[in-house]
Amino acid sequence: MSVETPVAPDQQVQERATLLGFHDVAMTFPNGTVALSGVNLTVGRGEFVSVVGPSGCGKSTLLRIASGLESASDGTLELNTDHIGYVFQDATLLPWRDVQGNVELLAELAGRGPKIRREQAAKAIKLVGLEGFEKHLPKQLSGGMRMRASLARSFTLDPEVFLFDEPFGALDEITRSRLNDELLRLFAEQHFAGLFITHSVAEAVYLSTKVVVMSGRPGKLVGTFDIPFPMPRDPDIRYSPEFAALVGEVSHALKEAHS
Amino acid sequence: MATSTIEAVTAPARTVTPKAPRRSRNAIRWVGPVVVFFVMIGLWYALAAIYEAKGQGYFVPYPHQVLDALTDPDEISALSSALLHSTEVAMTGLAIAIVLGVAWAVVMSQATWLERSLFPYAVVLQCIPILALVPLIGILFGYNFQARVIVTILIALFPMVSMTLFGLQSVAKQQRELFQLQGASRVTLLRKLQFPAAMPSIFVGLRTSAGLAVVGAIVGDQFFQRGNAGLGVLIQVYASRLQGPQLYAAILTASALGVLVFVVFGWLGRLVVGRWYDFS
Repeated sequence: MSVETPVAPDQQVQERATLLGFHDVAMTFPNGTVALSGVNLTVGRGEFVSVVGPSGCGKSTLLRIASGLESASDGTLELNTDHIGYVFQDATLLPWRDVQGNVELLAELAGRGPKIRREQAAKAIKLVGLEGFEKHLPKQLSGGMRMRASLARSFTLDPEVFLFDEPFGALDEITRSRLNDELLRLFAEQHFAGLFITHSVAEAVYLSTKVVVMSGRPGKLVGTFDIPFPMPRDPDIRYSPEFAALVGEVSHALKEAHS
Repeated sequence: MATSTIEAVTAPARTVTPKAPRRSRNAIRWVGPVVVFFVMIGLWYALAAIYEAKGQGYFVPYPHQVLDALTDPDEISALSSALLHSTEVAMTGLAIAIVLGVAWAVVMSQATWLERSLFPYAVVLQCIPILALVPLIGILFGYNFQARVIVTILIALFPMVSMTLFGLQSVAKQQRELFQLQGASRVTLLRKLQFPAAMPSIFVGLRTSAGLAVVGAIVGDQFFQRGNAGLGVLIQVYASRLQGPQLYAAILTASALGVLVFVVFGWLGRLVVGRWYDFS
């Protein structure tokens, strides 16, 4: 079912509006570390692309370049929207603000008025299922709920490109799979372009329309897998033989890249 | 998929852990200090008796004599006037130390080169024996209120500088990047991220500085005898006249001021950041 193609972008992407594109992107840090080399990857609207790779292979650097936190030392970044959402590894909530205040933060920084902010926050809080917790402080929430608040915060800016830097890595398995379902539902509703970094192959296959495998330093894309399961995705596909086979194939490619 | 939403909402959000019953915990908390207090009073009586036997009772008067001095109307008026003046010096110096300290820290937090250039001088300030400077301050600024306030500032400044800087720099990298992604300006970053994050450390520094400000006010007093006399002047007068009970009463008053200031600023800290930070 899956087609493994080396570095070249696949045909399907051409038909969709590319929102985010890396073209021969390379990244060499001032200390001489080569984090990325020759990365070609495009993400269109309605696409959810996951990047898996060994630790320290430059996966996060990819997101930092996409978001503008760093600029690539070579190649070009194509970005066809300025509505970008970024979800960090930690929830990065401000501990002195309650959920409402935290979710309003980005719109506040964008200079939107209090009334609009409140409406947007209410909508986003509802979207992630945190109604009733508006007045709770981050320390009163579980790890999963903090991550929901963090997601809600990003949604207030109506992102067209959504960048996820291993957002569920620190969560327990049950919370993680629950949040995976939530994220799939949000993806189906909001139809953004997603770029998701993760260590977990199963998570990548379950969430994505496409999984790319990255090699260790310098980070290169060494394999691309199209995930054929339709959206909205049935949670039970995780227990199907096709799913297991795909996870196996991606894991195998990851192992090859690692050695 | 909707079920996961419901599960999240029903998840309990309280972070209460079971502890021993409140009453027994309070008892444990108070019994120790109270016992120590009475032991100290007992030792004091013993010491006073020894000195009395030597015919030097004015060096260590009995606690009840000190209590008599503390409740004597003339003494009360002398002490309260001195207390008022010392408090005035301490709080003026503290207020200026807060402004200077926070400003100094904010400037240093803006760039590494600024921090490298300015932080060593904060450390130097901390290392200078301020007492060595006091006579010079007297010569330069006169021997009254102004000189006292300057001594107080010098003594109280360092904790404000270092704790504010520590607080401003305690912001996690990702939180800073979150602001950066929205193109937040330095001012916005300071106002909405760094200052709120620094508040717990600022209050820890403030509490320390407040205690030091009391020390500064009394030290300044003892060197500068002009202007309104504070507790330091009173202490020296009583010491030179060998008025034991009055001397001890004045020392206790100065100590009480120090403790009061510590408690008040601790309470203020809890009031401001206690909601989200475990300030103790």
